[in-house]
Amino acid sequence: MIRALFRRLGSFAVVLAGVSFLTYGLVFLTPGDPASTILREQRQSPPSSAATEAFRAEHGLDEPFVTQYVSWLTDAVRGDLGTSYARSEPVASLLVEYLPNTLELALAAIGISLLLAVPTGVVSAVYHDTWIDRTGQLVATLGVSMPNFWLGYLLILVCSLWLGLTPVSGAGTIGHLVLPAITLGTATAAVLTRLVRASMLEALEAEYVDTARSKGVRERVVVTKHALRNALVPVLALVGLQFGFVLNGAVVVEVVFQRPGLGTLLVDAVFARDVPVIQGVVLVTATAFVSINQLVDLASLALDPRLEPTSIGGGAR
Amino acid sequence: MSDSDTASDRVRLAASRFIDAVRERSATRPGTRLRSNGQVRLGGAIVGTLALVALVGPLVAPYDPTAQVLEARLRGPTLAHPLGTDALGRDVATRLVYGARVSLGLALIATGVRVVLGTTIGLLAGVSRGVVDAALMRLVDIQLAFPGLILALVIAGTLGPSLRNVVIALSVVGWATYARVVRGAVLGVKEQPFVESARLYGTPNRRIARRHLLPSVVSPVVVLATLNLGTVILAAAGLSFLGLGAQPPTAEWGTMIADGRTYLRSAPWLITAPGVAIALTVIGCNSLGDGLRDVLDPNHLEDGKRRRS
Repeated sequence: MIRALFRRLGSFAVVLAGVSFLTYGLVFLTPGDPASTILREQRQSPPSSAATEAFRAEHGLDEPFVTQYVSWLTDAVRGDLGTSYARSEPVASLLVEYLPNTLELALAAIGISLLLAVPTGVVSAVYHDTWIDRTGQLVATLGVSMPNFWLGYLLILVCSLWLGLTPVSGAGTIGHLVLPAITLGTATAAVLTRLVRASMLEALEAEYVDTARSKGVRERVVVTKHALRNALVPVLALVGLQFGFVLNGAVVVEVVFQRPGLGTLLVDAVFARDVPVIQGVVLVTATAFVSINQLVDLASLALDPRLEPTSIGGGAR
Repeated sequence: MSDSDTASDRVRLAASRFIDAVRERSATRPGTRLRSNGQVRLGGAIVGTLALVALVGPLVAPYDPTAQVLEARLRGPTLAHPLGTDALGRDVATRLVYGARVSLGLALIATGVRVVLGTTIGLLAGVSRGVVDAALMRLVDIQLAFPGLILALVIAGTLGPSLRNVVIALSVVGWATYARVVRGAVLGVKEQPFVESARLYGTPNRRIARRHLLPSVVSPVVVLATLNLGTVILAAAGLSFLGLGAQPPTAEWGTMIADGRTYLRSAPWLITAPGVAIALTVIGCNSLGDGLRDVLDPNHLEDGKRRRS
């Protein structure tokens, strides 16, 4: 067990190293010379060769790639992710400024998705193969198939513009959080609904449920206490794995609702070719994502030692 | 009786034998099961219709998707323009039809690259074991460590905004899941007696991979790829919406929503039509994929459809 744990930690470290290397190396995909492309993007005009040279020297782009990577990584480990080209602020403080908004949105979205998914999934399973079940399934299919940015605009149109219930954009109050959280939570809710339903169907057939029923336990208690409690274990694992999916979605949803957050920060940085910010956001999200997956894996392993240990990494999305 | 007569007779005979053989085969399990599966039929109908629209639509569409008619700006749905016109007076229905071509085309290309890349790496890892396997699987772990859309966004943005770069980005990010699935399937089948005996006979590894292992990984890959089409379409629409994909004046669904959002209150049809188109396409792909999985992989756990025993 201990040896298996160490092996996992070893491959976890390999993955983190690979992630940081790729994150740093991504910039070099820039067609042509990164320095002059970045400058052209920033000033909207071709830079002089002297300016390009100066830029290269200032940001260490004239060093060999490996040297650049190693010094970036050693700084990053110490919490220094460089300085934004566009805003001349340290990337780390930008992240600290924007991360809470995204975290708040992600948690709210996961909360809403659980609120939607657990009742729907349970009811679908209890009324298995009836019109109630089929309606639930249909709504879940719709939920995963809608582009989230489109859903966002539909919600803005109905709730903000027509009904005037919520503010259109921004962040700060509960009112600002409701629509983005619903937008972001819907797809996750749909995925979770399917799993809750499947997991409940299985639990309702288990022997302990029969035992409870034969003891004369009321059906409501059988469903909520006996079956649901056991059905929720795989659901909680999936909630963890959905975190990466939520981070993906947050990028677009933040743009739709013009919410300051990691997503809007990243999109702006991509268009401005603000390399240190791009690297910082990607490094932080990927590290968070892979760590959470690892924790979920370990937790489910601890809960159910029969499970095969899998390698690190997330689900299909 | 001339030579040509006997020749055509022979062709006819061969054709009827072929048709009989096809009928006989389709009466056996997978074909009939496929056709009697409701989800496969629904998904197939949706995807088929869309493919037809993408192929034929542009030939019959009455308008030019990029022709601006400024005096007909932001018209609501009318007989001449069933889905209205956009801010530049372009016919929304026509743009929707051309957009189908873009979305389906890029989804097919990106998914195709993912399948080829992922299957190759998965086969290689599963067959070789040892150091090669470990190295390839760490590569898979590293790829899956990035939230997909974020990685695709950064790759597409770094390469520069264009439809081609979105296709490249979406091709590079999604292959790892295939590699994992294929490797799993290979490991599962490798210990089977028929593979063992092939090995005992001294069949070369490459031949074992092609003749014995590849066929058993085909069905999980087909299921995954079908479901992936929908995911890729959503991701591509999202990237285009952010401004990284199709550039104006190309008609693309995500871009159409991005263009329409300015007129959310005054012309809500501008975002409604492309949104419905994307959702419908993804529903089609997902439904087809779920149905295929039910037919091809009856032991799958997540569908919750296992019969009460």
